[in-house]
Amino acid sequence: MSTTATREAVEAVWRIESARLIAGLARVTGDLGLAEELAQDALVTALEQWPTGGIPANPAGWLMTTAKRLAIDAHRRRIVYQRKLETIGRAQPGHDLADEIDRAIDDALDDHIGDDLLRLIFTAAHPALSTESRVALTLRCLCGLSTQEIGRAYLVSTATAAARIVRAKRTLAAQSVRFELPDPAAMADRLASVLEVIYLIFNEGYSASSGDDWMRPALCEEALRLGRVLAGLVPDEPEVHGLVALMEIQASRTAARTGPDGEPVLLADQDRRAWDRLLIRRGLAALQRAESLSKPIGPYTLQAAIAACHARATRAQDTDWDRIASLYVVLAHVWPSPVVELNRAVAVGMADGPAAGLAVLDAAVNRGELGDYPLAHAVRGDLLARSGNHGEAAQHFHRAAELTRNAGERKVFTRRAAELAAPEVSAGCRPPGS
Amino acid sequence: MRYLVLLTGTQPGTPPPPELMEAIMNLGAEATAAGVLLDTAGLMPRAGSARVEVAGGQLSVTDGPFAEAKEFISYALYQVRSQAEAVEWSTRFMQLHADRWPGWSGQADVVKVMGPEDFGPPA
Repeated sequence: MSTTATREAVEAVWRIESARLIAGLARVTGDLGLAEELAQDALVTALEQWPTGGIPANPAGWLMTTAKRLAIDAHRRRIVYQRKLETIGRAQPGHDLADEIDRAIDDALDDHIGDDLLRLIFTAAHPALSTESRVALTLRCLCGLSTQEIGRAYLVSTATAAARIVRAKRTLAAQSVRFELPDPAAMADRLASVLEVIYLIFNEGYSASSGDDWMRPALCEEALRLGRVLAGLVPDEPEVHGLVALMEIQASRTAARTGPDGEPVLLADQDRRAWDRLLIRRGLAALQRAESLSKPIGPYTLQAAIAACHARATRAQDTDWDRIASLYVVLAHVWPSPVVELNRAVAVGMADGPAAGLAVLDAAVNRGELGDYPLAHAVRGDLLARSGNHGEAAQHFHRAAELTRNAGERKVFTRRAAELAAPEVSAGCRPPGS
Repeated sequence: MRYLVLLTGTQPGTPPPPELMEAIMNLGAEATAAGVLLDTAGLMPRAGSARVEVAGGQLSVTDGPFAEAKEFISYALYQVRSQAEAVEWSTRFMQLHADRWPGWSGQADVVKVMGPEDFGPPA
């Protein structure tokens, strides 16, 4: 096997095993930072030894044994160091600890993988950490990404990505964050923090443009995978399934949501034949699991339910806008946000006509919620165009184009403005509901 | 990225050992829990299958059995980060067969499913 092939094989094993490895080591050492370093050292050892010695028959077992040996070595070094510092004669707790660690790691890797992984997920996304540290540590410990890959995905240098992880580990140590599951009282907040991190990773990938390094859109797959892992670990939390459903359904549109030049294609204009049926099926199944649980659902499940309305419509004109508008009312209640109101205006505009949509939009604008948000102008432009007020509609699309910082969006808004400003034909040609 | 793994082999004289089936189920559960296995199923013997063919502009429909000795046995659809990772999961899958079903032989073909990454600009 060539060096490259061996390297790829080592990385594949690492990718599959690293989270469990780090989780098991962290439970035994009680120190996530140390566990991550030990696991990393095991990877380095593999990369050194396998190209010459060949890939072992059980590569996963080899990595675990190596990390375990490194953990025991590190522990022994620490004991020796302590002995040097401490006066002779004081009780030494360490003599059998190596065996204990050995047994504990075996135990951790055999029986408690689920719990350990869950502890790892909660600790990496701990609210004591800054958002970017939570994201970086999660990608590092749960997804097995290297700092170089994290840097590439987030358009920052490897050094910056590495600094975020170092800072995260330092904060965990400084705040004495223990490697354990959250208290029942703190569970809801801690889970929200985890879901937020996963969805942030997903959206970072989803917002990647076609010119980007493939590492960016690949973040969507990392988030999906992580969401699925979490859904398996906490199957009784509706919002976890809701988030998975939301991500699966959004990801199903990947091939249809950008045009040949990388410009965004609006939902109504997407070629729905290009939607990924398998992901839609998985998303709808996850949504059903969320809705079938007896606990109350939240914003992720509601957003997934809205996404599902679009996914179920094989043609844009089949969309159940009444249901979407009702779901936005509930969403605005549990998660009040200007963007939700804006989307509700769109849905009401589709369900009850542009005048009703404009009323919702006006109310939000009058509350001062939307400011100079470019999409607010685009939505107003669309509602006005559908009311037959093309002149004013064009002005709002112009304004939206001026305000947006996204080149693809600007292209779409400018085109709409031009179409509406042109005499009759093109603007009138747009089918209803687009 | 996604990979389709298609398992083919000769039709065995005996059914697979129960301990193999158990191990396969466990590995499938592990890959599902890891979020990488999207879909998998066994396939019925090709004797009961059909073939729709175009040759020389002519369409024909033929019912099995067919002359090929090789059977489709199962498929699995993975979502992983690299081909090496799909190969690693398939290696584990095939190792189960090697360990638990002496005398059986077959192959797992790991084929990349075309995705957006195959059309984008070079990384």
